[in-house]
Amino acid sequence: MAKNPRTMDRRRRTMDKDSTRIFHGRSSIVHRPSIWKATLAIVQKDLAAELRSRELISAMLVFSLLVILIFNFALELDIKVRQSVTAGVLWTTFAFAGTLGLNRSMAVEKDRGCMDGLLLAPVDRAAIYFGKSISNLAFMLIVEVIVLPIYSMLYNVNLFQGGLLGVILLGSIGYTAVGTLLSAMSVQTRTRDVLLPILLFPVAVPVLLASVKASGGLLAGAEFSEILIPLNLLIVYDVIFIAVAFMVFDYVVEE
Amino acid sequence: MQSKPITLTILDFVSVTVLMIAAYLALFFAPTEAVMGDVQRVFYFHVGTAWVGLLGFLIAAISGIAYLVTKDLKWDRFEVAAVEVSTMFFFITIVLGSIWARPAWNTWWTWDPRLTTAAITELIYIAYFMLRQGIEDPEKRARFGAVYTLLGGISAPITFMVIRLFRTIHPVVIGNQSAAAQGGFDMTADMRTAFFFALFAFTVLFIDLIWHRIRLGSLQEQVEQLKLNASA
Repeated sequence: MAKNPRTMDRRRRTMDKDSTRIFHGRSSIVHRPSIWKATLAIVQKDLAAELRSRELISAMLVFSLLVILIFNFALELDIKVRQSVTAGVLWTTFAFAGTLGLNRSMAVEKDRGCMDGLLLAPVDRAAIYFGKSISNLAFMLIVEVIVLPIYSMLYNVNLFQGGLLGVILLGSIGYTAVGTLLSAMSVQTRTRDVLLPILLFPVAVPVLLASVKASGGLLAGAEFSEILIPLNLLIVYDVIFIAVAFMVFDYVVEE
Repeated sequence: MQSKPITLTILDFVSVTVLMIAAYLALFFAPTEAVMGDVQRVFYFHVGTAWVGLLGFLIAAISGIAYLVTKDLKWDRFEVAAVEVSTMFFFITIVLGSIWARPAWNTWWTWDPRLTTAAITELIYIAYFMLRQGIEDPEKRARFGAVYTLLGGISAPITFMVIRLFRTIHPVVIGNQSAAAQGGFDMTADMRTAFFFALFAFTVLFIDLIWHRIRLGSLQEQVEQLKLNASA
């Protein structure tokens, strides 16, 4: 080993900074990437795949627009009705489109055996959960960001208010946190596609209700203090369910 | 083939007896409520079944955690038994509540926090059975079931808190002063006797049914094992 000790030292330092090391036996060293790096890698993979195929977001988007179209005729969204139901229509649309995305994003992993690859990789299982959650959240947010201006334009309401966007973000976080966990379960069952909404909706009721309540309040021009309770419940739900899903995800994917 | 334990047979008789006594207390012993009349008698069984229903869901969530920690399938059998028995009791609660609500509130159903939470909880546990049905591997079925009861157990109280933001008309009979307008009432001593006896009777029945269901679960497992042995 006639290497320059200084470069060796520097390399080790950079290595220690972003990775923890596991020693297998005596000589071989496996570098286990940190959870952040692994999470980021999974998010990158999902986003890159989506950027190339665009099949998930385009399906979610077209589906969302169709749901809004159906609501338009089913509820006769004239100006009076619209004021009271906009929050409900938006969240129903997001929830339905969300299940579509959640289902597909996990089914792709399962079908081509990618899930096994991910599970074999020497990374923390939590990284897989967070990676999939973040990319699911990203898909949902992209769809929302496109649906909101279209809805604003179609019905002449301004949905681009800071508070409303915050509520939508919090609601989507809670929804994908549970949805990712449950979709990992439902893809492993016989009735896969049918099962996810049945499993997800009753458990996600609090997040949807609190979101509708908070968004409805904001759209009706309520004071911030008035929507504080649903907002708090939304945050509580997010924190609890991210923590629980993080803890039990291991049991859902283990073989 | 394991024979039925003698304690279980005794418990069967005891639960039938206490249930009959509870029915007598609720229907004849307790005085008729002044405002609502005889329909109020449904209250004793309504609360009794609701109590064991909720108890079962709590037990299911706890045995779910116990299964995930120990990986012992006996906890899974316990969990299935609790969910199955409780889903049935909870359904009875909802039906009895509707029977009472029709004359008291003049509607079978209303989207009140307790009613809505009850309906959603019931749906969660129906989804639980659908989830289990879709999985063949017993070990995986147990794992997924445990995770889902855990999620359901956490989600249901939050649902209740969220829906409470909307108006409620469900009476709070115990520990509430201003409930009279919602169909609440003060219990007399005899009513209290009937009430607490109904709670006791349903708890005994609940334990008895769970015991039966756990026995059934282990017998089912034995049958599966025998079938595997025979085909091998």
